[in-house]
Amino acid sequence: MYRVVITGAGTVNALGHDVSETLAAMREGKCGIGDLDFQDVDRLAIKIGGQVRGFEAEGRYNRQQMSLYDRFTQFTLAAAKEAIEQAGLTFSGDLAARSGVILGTAAGGVSTWDQNYRLVYEEGKNRVHPFVVPKLMNNAAASHVSMEWNLKGPSFTVATACASSNHAMAQAFQMVRTGMAPVMVTGGSESMLCFGGVKAWEGLRVMSKDACRPFSANRNGMVQGEGAGVFVFEEYEHARARGADILCEVAGFAMSSDAADIVMPSKNGAARAMSGALADAGVNADEVGYINAHGTGTAANDKTECAAVADVFGPHADQLMISSTKSMHGHLIGGTGAVELLACIMALREGVIAPTIGYEEPDPECALDVVPNEARDAKVDVVLSNAFAFGGMNAVLALRKV
Amino acid sequence: MSIKDKVIGIVAEQAMLERSDVALENTLEDLGIDSLGLVESIFAIEEEFDIQIPFNANEPQSSDFDISNVQAIITGIERLIAEQKN
Repeated sequence: MYRVVITGAGTVNALGHDVSETLAAMREGKCGIGDLDFQDVDRLAIKIGGQVRGFEAEGRYNRQQMSLYDRFTQFTLAAAKEAIEQAGLTFSGDLAARSGVILGTAAGGVSTWDQNYRLVYEEGKNRVHPFVVPKLMNNAAASHVSMEWNLKGPSFTVATACASSNHAMAQAFQMVRTGMAPVMVTGGSESMLCFGGVKAWEGLRVMSKDACRPFSANRNGMVQGEGAGVFVFEEYEHARARGADILCEVAGFAMSSDAADIVMPSKNGAARAMSGALADAGVNADEVGYINAHGTGTAANDKTECAAVADVFGPHADQLMISSTKSMHGHLIGGTGAVELLACIMALREGVIAPTIGYEEPDPECALDVVPNEARDAKVDVVLSNAFAFGGMNAVLALRKV
Repeated sequence: MSIKDKVIGIVAEQAMLERSDVALENTLEDLGIDSLGLVESIFAIEEEFDIQIPFNANEPQSSDFDISNVQAIITGIERLIAEQKN
């Protein structure tokens, strides 16, 4: 078993177009959620989201690339570039042959589906662009990252709804840990902020019309976000030998399946994933200083997650901090765990705990230290990142300071 | 068919019961309709009567639509139809 460290990070999300902008926003407790801006938004009941602003594909990608890159791929490529350049790796020879890319996305090129359905159904056209399929496929982003950076090892895309990124990073971690790959590029992305994407979510009646307020007694639902988070997972000695700047260690992970309900979360499933991650990392529960919560801001998730934390951590649940950064960047669905991993890295590296903003009223069913509204300076050595998906599929990562 | 009969039909179908097994004083819980079943019933009612029902599954109590039993639902729908069709 090899140790696995993170040597590069990149992102595009509603809080920033790179990691430093995003972390600055998290430190300031800035809200990236605002009025949605796209075609037919007036026909939606839900009109807010964590939309990425000012990210122009024109100028960034050429005409040929634009015809192949859905917005979720555009975000991914920008985040991957930041991460890989930070890591300072060049993939060639044996390193290229053995290193790969595993990304998560719940739904891939949703806006490409949306635009082209509009053309054929609403506008009655009988012809679509020849690249619709390679543009919308879920693995398009991973494939373009592999092509851009010459990653020729194990590469694929994971779709487990809101846990997609965590499942993807868990796979990448496992591959580096077992020696299957020296380096893996991993994370995830999502871009469903278009008419069809939001309309579908509206139907479930779990979206908030005004704000995402995780753990607050007056929370009234989730708010969607969009963007990407991409990381370089590297074998520890490989990183050390080349003098890489190590952001933190990936210490363990666990996955579980509720096998219970297609949308309602289960305390037991969440608890098993958290305690499994602790066991896999070989850390005691009382070593955990911070949990980046799944914290969607729905009635069901937040109380279930807090109850699961209380079960796993016992009295230590009252000592640790748990926050949901979805209050700031929204719920990135399949990309959410990746963007949230940035808050974990900030906690370990900078000793700054990102807050849960929008917190207004304590909820006795969420009676933990949720780091309300303002970031906090605190030294933590071990953190967890939770993701609990629709379909009852859970994935939790444990990270450690190096 | 009256509004009442149509609503009972929708609720009965969701609960997989005969219409005659649905009583006005029944709660959705009595009928075995869970939160997903409720969201589906609301969708069916909106489609049937072409109305918008204000309902957020995160705060069913504070929504402006009473779902405490079948009669309350019917009354709420009659009100929404009157408001939204004028």
